[in-house]
Amino acid sequence: MRRTLPFALVTGVGFFMLVQYFIPKEEFEIAYEWILDWTIVIGCFAMLLGLWSLTRVNISKVQRKTPGWGYSLIAIAGLVFMLLVGFIPGQKSLERGSTFMLLFEYIYIPIQATMFSLLAFYIASAAYRAFRARTVLATILLLSAIVIMLRLVPLGPLSAVNQWLANFILTVPNMAAKRAFWIGVGLGVTATSLKILLGIERTYMGRD
Amino acid sequence: MKKTKFIILIIPLILIFFNLSYPQEKPVPLPPIEVKAFDTPNDNGHSLSVTWKLSPDDGAGKNNVVAYEILRAESPEGEFEVRGMVPSGENLFDDKGSREKEDKNYLPSHKNYYYKIRAKADNIFSESEVSNPAFAYGQWYHTGKTPVLAGVIIFSIFALTFITLARKGKKLYIRPLPGIEAVDEAVGRATEMGKPILYVLGLGTASDIATIASFTILNRIAKITAEHRTTILVPCYDSVVMAAAQETVRAGYLEAGRPDIYKEENVFFVTSMQFAYVAGVNGLMLREKPATNFYLGKFYAESLLLAETGSIAGSIQISGTDEIAQIPFFIAATDYTLIGEELYAASAYLGKEPVLLGTLKAQDWGKAVVIICLILGALAASFHFQFFLNLFRVQL
Repeated sequence: MRRTLPFALVTGVGFFMLVQYFIPKEEFEIAYEWILDWTIVIGCFAMLLGLWSLTRVNISKVQRKTPGWGYSLIAIAGLVFMLLVGFIPGQKSLERGSTFMLLFEYIYIPIQATMFSLLAFYIASAAYRAFRARTVLATILLLSAIVIMLRLVPLGPLSAVNQWLANFILTVPNMAAKRAFWIGVGLGVTATSLKILLGIERTYMGRD
Repeated sequence: MKKTKFIILIIPLILIFFNLSYPQEKPVPLPPIEVKAFDTPNDNGHSLSVTWKLSPDDGAGKNNVVAYEILRAESPEGEFEVRGMVPSGENLFDDKGSREKEDKNYLPSHKNYYYKIRAKADNIFSESEVSNPAFAYGQWYHTGKTPVLAGVIIFSIFALTFITLARKGKKLYIRPLPGIEAVDEAVGRATEMGKPILYVLGLGTASDIATIASFTILNRIAKITAEHRTTILVPCYDSVVMAAAQETVRAGYLEAGRPDIYKEENVFFVTSMQFAYVAGVNGLMLREKPATNFYLGKFYAESLLLAETGSIAGSIQISGTDEIAQIPFFIAATDYTLIGEELYAASAYLGKEPVLLGTLKAQDWGKAVVIICLILGALAASFHFQFFLNLFRVQL
């Protein structure tokens, strides 16, 4: 029963979603939107599960003094602090200028931007590894990358040739590979969906 | 003297100004004809379409039509209201209404409406005759999606055929995938080193097919780790994904006969903010130094941040995603990468169950059909064989 009911729900809703794609009628449109609303509602309730998991895991780490328990303490403190700030009397926490939004804008967003900026350095180190001309394929990759990177750089009489070559690489071999990728992904998505609808693949439901 | 000169100069200027600003008599364009209203095909029943024959002064004749204004009324004699405008040269307008009764743009189904078209030349216009009455109604089938339906049916036939063949015991050859072949080695390495395995499901939600495919791989890997008594850590970005991942890992431990060593806290929620999640997982990697990292699912800008940190931590890394923009990063930074469809195929490879292998074989046949259609399509386009090309045209 623990798996039969969820499976029936998945199959029923799955087949409905498949069928409604081909039926433009209003009633099907409303039912589709209703189901999507339900996913949002379920997501909101699941947020509580997430909160519970986050608190439990980090409190446990602090209690057991596992390596790096200080970070867990900071995570819990941050969680509690932001919760309290969100409930400051007389302030609408999501309004611009509220303490909650000030903390968000001047602490969280700069930290997030810093994390994102690290990407530039990581790209450099990953590119160094990828572009080492150790094999024929890696050499082709390196040469293609040089051509593509130089396409916006003025190279005098060589510019036209380089532009043509870069354009050729992007629109012919690159586009062909991308389309092959998308066709493969499309078939893979269809196969996986079919496995779920027919109940062949249901590991995500757990076991009885 | 100066005053007289000034007056002599200003009077002609004033006259010129008034002459220029005085409305010129412009010719009225001829009205459009044969205005036909009808229900918009393939819709939810709240839209009407109008076509007309262009005014003779549109692109020819006086050539002064600049736009057409579309007017609608509930009766031929009723008050017509403007519903939209299209530029000259166009002769189709979709009058899309709302299905919400409270909306001022509400267009009810099964109610007759009449249309008129105005051919406009600047501020003057001429109006067409009133159209036939037409009412909107919803359709039971979207004819524009027939190629998609045909594709789904053909693929389903392939899948069901190969599943049946596999169930009957027919051996199906599947090309080996290096990334999947390395899973046992990767788990074995973690066991020998006494270090955990890190499994990252990405930023997808439980409704993303890539995440669902990742669940099935997670199940197989959880089973192997349970057999080896190796810890598996699954930090999650989404709480619904976390709940499903907990069930998936638990199922893997049960299948391995080791439910006693399953720890729910090893599958945990981190945060739903992209870079905060990266910081959390990177911190985990640098502290725990996992022997193997799996990145399988939906990834965006965080892919390289995770994979490079894993590389710094000295882990063996296996990645896979269907996000084409992240594939180069994974190839550059991880040891094995499952590219696109291989992510969906991986669970069948790991399980080696005939039923799952059947769907893989169907994928191969699907690709063969696509290749044949591409060749025929290229030939049809080269020889202007439009009928064949129209067979694949999808209207959304």
